[in-house]
Amino acid sequence: MRVHLHPQHRTVEIAGRRRVAQLLAEIGVLPGTAMVIRGDLLLTDGEVVEDDEEVEVRAVISGGAA
Amino acid sequence: MKCTRCRAKAEVQLRAHNAGFCRPCYLFYFKRQVERAIAGERMFAPAERLLVAVSGGKDSLALWDVLAELGYDTTGLYLGLGIGTYSELSHAKAVQFAERRGLPLRVVALEDEATGLAVPAVAALTRRPPCSACGTMKRHHFDAAALAGGFDVLVTGHNLDDEAARLMGNVLRWQKDHLARQRPVLPATHPKFVRKVKPLYLVSEYETAVYAFMRGIDYIVDECPNAAGAAQLLYKDVLNRLEVASPGTKLAFVKEFLRTGQPAFAQVEREEPHDCEGCGMPAYGTLCAYCRLVREVQGKAATRGASALA
Repeated sequence: MRVHLHPQHRTVEIAGRRRVAQLLAEIGVLPGTAMVIRGDLLLTDGEVVEDDEEVEVRAVISGGAA
Repeated sequence: MKCTRCRAKAEVQLRAHNAGFCRPCYLFYFKRQVERAIAGERMFAPAERLLVAVSGGKDSLALWDVLAELGYDTTGLYLGLGIGTYSELSHAKAVQFAERRGLPLRVVALEDEATGLAVPAVAALTRRPPCSACGTMKRHHFDAAALAGGFDVLVTGHNLDDEAARLMGNVLRWQKDHLARQRPVLPATHPKFVRKVKPLYLVSEYETAVYAFMRGIDYIVDECPNAAGAAQLLYKDVLNRLEVASPGTKLAFVKEFLRTGQPAFAQVEREEPHDCEGCGMPAYGTLCAYCRLVREVQGKAATRGASALA
């Protein structure tokens, strides 16, 4: 599968199918700190992403304000 | 996973609330959370004029969207911080959002104001962390714009994660005066201040991002380039690790502080603000923090100019 990471503007390839929770753990993203998007839908942790699919992992953390 | 409200397939899972929602129920839930915060803290009344500080990011645009949907009288305020491409993009997002919904947006560019400089130049000249210089400038211009526009309330998009991280920073340094003022509603303590409120203080960053996504809000996803290494991001990371181990930690941290801790700190006496000798806005010394920054910038710029000529 192809995983597009934002805001890093980076794409990683992962072989095989994964549950969303496994996928996030594998790319080092904590649950609740990113949305996993397939097409125009969000995926919950238990959803499966197939080997031939593309998803976007979009971080939700912003900050730096004093 | 099924939606907690209607049992349809859930699209979002909220561990802190042990709940899942389909899209329509999530949008209902989010809007209700904001309405509850506004009503519970008596943030503002329907007839009041609200100035919404917008950055082009998910939180402020999601907030503006909800408030407009709820029928409040809102005007957006965008501050041009002069942070290169990031500011150009965020400005475009704010303008596009306002135009698509027919909402009024005011724009203030820091380079056109007293220092004549944007955030990166001010930070470099004063050797302050960019977030510190940015915060001082933002607070001044938010207050000044609210006063000049005759608004009743200044509304900001600070979310639960912002509040939890700020609380952690304040507690780690036991900043009593900051803890005394960390509330979702800050009453106007001077005739030139308006009330400041944070209607998103109990919804997480994840929740605002999901709302923005589901509503099709085109926000800036890129992080401010100056935020790298900021203490607030470190605190957020620590809190997110705690949240994974124990869902609901951030919510309990903030809610319990506000219920049990904050009232004790609020009793700490603080001097009433008077008029700044520089700009006339409220100040706790002879000059307000913004005018001190302006003087410092002007002094250093003059010294640099003199050295360049020598």
